[in-house]
Amino acid sequence: MLRLVATLLLLATPLAAEEIVLGLSRDEVAITANFNGSEVMIFGAIKRDAPAPQGGALEVIITLAGPLKPVLVRRKERVLGIWVNTDAVEVDAAPSFYAVATSAPLKDVLTSVEDLRYGISIPRAIRSVGAPDTVQNSETFTEALIRIRSGSQLYQILDSQVDIEKETLFRGEITLPAALTEGEYTAHIYITRDGIVVDDYKTDIAVYKAGLERWLYEMSRNKPFLYGLMSLAIAISAGWLASAAFRVFHH
Amino acid sequence: MQIYLPIAEVSVNAFLLLGLGGIVGILSGMFGVGGGFLMTPLLFFIGIPPAVAVATEAVQIVASSSSGVLAHLRRKTVDLRMGTVLLIGGLIGAAFGVILFNYLKSLGQVDLLVKLCYVVFLGIIGGLMFIESWRAIRRSKITGVRPVRRKHGLVHALPLKMKFRVSGLYISVIPPLIIGLCVGILAAIMGVGGGFIMVPAMIYLLGMPTKVVIGTSLFQIIFVTAFTTMLHATTNFTVDIVLAVLLLIGGVIGAQIGTRIGVKMKAENLRILLAMMVLAVCGKLAFDLLATPSEFYSLGVGGDH
Repeated sequence: MLRLVATLLLLATPLAAEEIVLGLSRDEVAITANFNGSEVMIFGAIKRDAPAPQGGALEVIITLAGPLKPVLVRRKERVLGIWVNTDAVEVDAAPSFYAVATSAPLKDVLTSVEDLRYGISIPRAIRSVGAPDTVQNSETFTEALIRIRSGSQLYQILDSQVDIEKETLFRGEITLPAALTEGEYTAHIYITRDGIVVDDYKTDIAVYKAGLERWLYEMSRNKPFLYGLMSLAIAISAGWLASAAFRVFHH
Repeated sequence: MQIYLPIAEVSVNAFLLLGLGGIVGILSGMFGVGGGFLMTPLLFFIGIPPAVAVATEAVQIVASSSSGVLAHLRRKTVDLRMGTVLLIGGLIGAAFGVILFNYLKSLGQVDLLVKLCYVVFLGIIGGLMFIESWRAIRRSKITGVRPVRRKHGLVHALPLKMKFRVSGLYISVIPPLIIGLCVGILAAIMGVGGGFIMVPAMIYLLGMPTKVVIGTSLFQIIFVTAFTTMLHATTNFTVDIVLAVLLLIGGVIGAQIGTRIGVKMKAENLRILLAMMVLAVCGKLAFDLLATPSEFYSLGVGGDH
């Protein structure tokens, strides 16, 4: 059902000494009725015009990010004995899915300055302008967002899970969970030496609902009245059919 | 077998949903209740977003009530005039309930509202039913005297009287309108048919004969929940038809099995069992509201306020 598409794409900038040449196991993921997660293999090679430079070892970082969406994080507090949502902080743009796979622990392969510049680690991938002044400890809201999404496999840190062979070939695998939001996903590959990004490469993976799922979802949004009537028609006929079937069965 | 629900946007086991539908169907067949008050909290427990659970449960109630109301219409045990008065109240209530639901959703308090409603109503109904059936069991053991029905003077003192021939009543339309209104609000907020509130209210407050009560309440429920479905589908886009179909397949089969178990059991024992179940669901929800949660934070959709 899922097409296996391998595309090799060449980078257009010949200025860098080391360049990424990339392949993907698939450039689209279709969410169908029996969708139960999916694996995306990202592999490639490093092209050089000259012998590998001296210095630190070559490291690879692969990120896969879902569409950016604003998220409202709410905190519960005890009011009159029961737990009630009180403070809320809006995180302006958080990816619906985010995975970072690296060839060695992230802190060893990337300096914090480069992380800030490229927005690679999970906290850096989330953009938050800031909480209203009335909310205390607003950074705990972003931490909670990361904690909750990590718990449901939507945010993943895959340290040392990219294989590199002879400083030339690399491959990493990212597992997409079943509860996936559709949209344009972006795979981003960085190669670093001494924690400095040498080259990066970006490609898109389309994640979309397909078949019946797509049809029902679009109908519920675009023709909600018709969708509601259809739901009722299905419900009433199912109820009627069931009672008719059991009457026949009874006699 | 995992199945991806297109509106809820979660992947769940299809057999789990069929099983849940079946179990709640058996219980609703046994006790003659819609089962919405059990199904909606169970859907919360398995991770369906509350807004989707409430809206989808309305579809399932339409399905399970439609087969029942046809049977009652054939037996002429539906007071259509009383049903229409209850329905008018119900439609107004449902519209008001959906507005309240959407307003609290924007404030992030909808989960709390739904759960509080459940705790309060399940607590009251379960408690009353438990005491009543426990007394009935004790009485039947000692003397076997039947309880005497009380007369309510207030219902007869109000204006706008109307004749309800099927029920044999000549009462004001205000009490049934108010009952319908309350049930409509609950239907929209809690994802229930509201039979568990309406049936006792019709018997004890309006003094309707028991034989027309079930058919008439089903008649009101089917239209109010259909209206609620349309309101949720067009304002919240939270009706998941795939979820509804799976639940109602299990539900209709379970209901037929449950009805057969129900006839073999004594009414008082059946009622006390139902009361204990209602109290158990109430207790679980109350515990969740009172106990310190393991996660103090929750995520919602941003950018639309």
